[in-house]
Amino acid sequence: MVAEFAVKPAASQFTPLLEEDVAINQKPCAGAAQDRPSDCPVQPASADPAANQLKTTRRDFLRAGGMLSLSSLMGTAALMTQSDNANAAVEWGEHFQKNYRLMTTEEKNEARLRLERRYSDEYGKKVSVDTTEAQPGMLMGYALNIRKCIGCRRCVHACVAENNQSRGPRPGEKIEWIQVLRMERGKFEQEKMNHGYPEGLGIQVGGNAYTPAGQVLEGQYHYNPKAVPEADATYMPIACMQCEKPPCVKVCPVRTTYREGDGPVVIDYNWCIGCKMCMNACPYWARRFNLTTPVLPKEEMNPVTHYLGNRPRMRGVVEKCHWCLQRTRHNRYPACVEVCPVGARKFGNLLDPESEVSKILERKNVFRLKAELNTFPKFFYFYD
Amino acid sequence: MLTSFLTDYTRYVLKGGKQFYTWMGVLSAFILAMLFVFYLQNTDGLIVTGMTSQISDGLYLANLVFLVGVAAGAVTIVFPAYVYHHEGMHKVAVLGEMLAITAVIMVMVFVFAHMGRPDRLWHMIPPRGIYSFSSMLGWDVMVLNGYLILNFVCGFYYLWCKYTGNPVNQKWFIPLVYVAIAWALSIHTVTAFLMANNPARPMWFHSMMPIRFIATAFAAGPALIILIFLIIRKNTKFWVDDSAIKLLTTIVQFCLGIAIFLTLSEVVIELYARTEHANGLYYLMFGLHGLTALVPWFWSSVVLMIGAFVMFFMPSFRNDFDKLRIPCAMAFAGIWIEKGMGLIVPGYIPSPIGEVTEYHPSFVEWLMVLGIWAFGFFILTILLKGAIGILLGEIKHGGPAAAVK
Repeated sequence: MVAEFAVKPAASQFTPLLEEDVAINQKPCAGAAQDRPSDCPVQPASADPAANQLKTTRRDFLRAGGMLSLSSLMGTAALMTQSDNANAAVEWGEHFQKNYRLMTTEEKNEARLRLERRYSDEYGKKVSVDTTEAQPGMLMGYALNIRKCIGCRRCVHACVAENNQSRGPRPGEKIEWIQVLRMERGKFEQEKMNHGYPEGLGIQVGGNAYTPAGQVLEGQYHYNPKAVPEADATYMPIACMQCEKPPCVKVCPVRTTYREGDGPVVIDYNWCIGCKMCMNACPYWARRFNLTTPVLPKEEMNPVTHYLGNRPRMRGVVEKCHWCLQRTRHNRYPACVEVCPVGARKFGNLLDPESEVSKILERKNVFRLKAELNTFPKFFYFYD
Repeated sequence: MLTSFLTDYTRYVLKGGKQFYTWMGVLSAFILAMLFVFYLQNTDGLIVTGMTSQISDGLYLANLVFLVGVAAGAVTIVFPAYVYHHEGMHKVAVLGEMLAITAVIMVMVFVFAHMGRPDRLWHMIPPRGIYSFSSMLGWDVMVLNGYLILNFVCGFYYLWCKYTGNPVNQKWFIPLVYVAIAWALSIHTVTAFLMANNPARPMWFHSMMPIRFIATAFAAGPALIILIFLIIRKNTKFWVDDSAIKLLTTIVQFCLGIAIFLTLSEVVIELYARTEHANGLYYLMFGLHGLTALVPWFWSSVVLMIGAFVMFFMPSFRNDFDKLRIPCAMAFAGIWIEKGMGLIVPGYIPSPIGEVTEYHPSFVEWLMVLGIWAFGFFILTILLKGAIGILLGEIKHGGPAAAVK
């Protein structure tokens, strides 16, 4: 089970997706509904409250007013910046757009086109911004076999490459959504039998074996061994748990982070005000803050993006794992699942009894991390 | 009449001696530095600060929380003045309201400072933005704005009546003052909820937090007020009664005592069992895995608070208003540390996945903090000068607007 461990550039292990790859690599999620067109514009399963309110006159009025002011602002901006700079107009348009969840389909399309134009311009290649919504009958779930994990961190690198995370040299410019925690196995010795607490009295109040062991959250993710797995360690990868009762969503003052109909907790990066309350609330340290404009080299940028997923972020907003919406909404596995060399990572539809994840929940002993906090993650750990 | 009030008021507060202009000039220099730093933060990003993804908030949130306490602390003047009709306090109640206005404005500037995208603040404001009732930050913004309005209305209506010579309309003024008193408790309670409602952060996840916030606020707020009153007595013709300062001293001492008691309770309860949840406190007091950046802060805060508490017992400090400054300054500084380096920062250390990292505020961050405090003193000087001018009768409808100081 010993795998060669080497820190290679992310790109060599995992090539960013191109349009052609989609067809080649396409693996259907186990049990995911195949008979539905994935980019169907009408999405009844969405938890979007706006979906039912689109016809109200007040909203239409506000929208019209908003568009009017928006277009005039864009015009002003274009004039101010000598009109050849299309980016300025796009940025003004982005600045005054609404919360994504409350946008109408047309507004979502406008936002999408704006972003596609800006990103294509910025990264010098054709960038697509997907707006595919939640599919009915789908509830995404994840299971991770901690016995199998060898701590190679290919998932971490694949995630960074797939999801356009910042990868600069300064500490604040390096963002990774997955952390693989290295845990001590713990060591207990015969010689220490008479030691204990308090020391020297001969009367033991406590024992000598209170050393870390097993799955505790005191792990270390900065480890650099010659080869993995190491004999004296076990590994426990963590990332966003996509809680069913997410504390981060509750504390968001602008509702920019919310749970999507098919399960993942997402962020509208354009609506985030950077107050960081969600980072205080997350018990799994799943959220990262863009302390500066993300460092994302043009050639490494993954042009297949989703609006709520891996599209490039901006300075001052929070980001996190979203289970690769740009892939999973099209019945593909998240990048981490695809890259895992030992098959420790499983992903699928919790509503489908035939899916791999459902089978694991049915047959294995599973546990959720920090279950006592009642966050009800859809990310399960299990042993063989 | 309103225009004459505004012109008289403005003319009065802008005129002053050399000392006044030097003071305001120094403050302005710091404010300019703050503006530059703010520009940096919004071009380079918060990377210019010492904040990281692990320690996602630091000095800014700490000062924010502390200043909410100072704003709430103004109620220690208003409450005895209007509920117990304390003579000396009644005379200076409006000065407390001016302090509250200043502190709330400073809080709002700190909100801007700590945000990643202050340009998007309008996302919180309906109808175009979204107001979330489930978010404690939303509630905090609401109660703070409410408190600002209440104090502005109460304070300036009172000054307006003094200016025009009309009697205060007790029918709505007194009920409004009572609302403001209750509201003062709400602002610091909600701020405590903002931190405490995070089970992810065991250091904050205490039902003791609101009362601890109130106790420390009612020590730090009046401690600052005493210092300001002593400055006013020395530098202006306005006389703050001894009785007011003595009552405030008692309030500071009692609240400081309660705050120390609550801190000790926390230490005993957390460290006796010493669960994983006590790691934050342990890191604060003794350091963890060899990292000890906060240890000097914690112990200096303990020394300052206990030292001040003991000094308040001594008649030589309590009754000598020159020496009284020392324990007041100590209490104020001690609580400032306790709220910031002693509560906000260790909430992030260790992180929810057990990672211990250190927080080192950058120069930029200190400059921002200093600048916002300078901005606060700038506003406070103007507001207090105007209020004192009106109370002294130097700004009066139809009277000559003479500038003093």
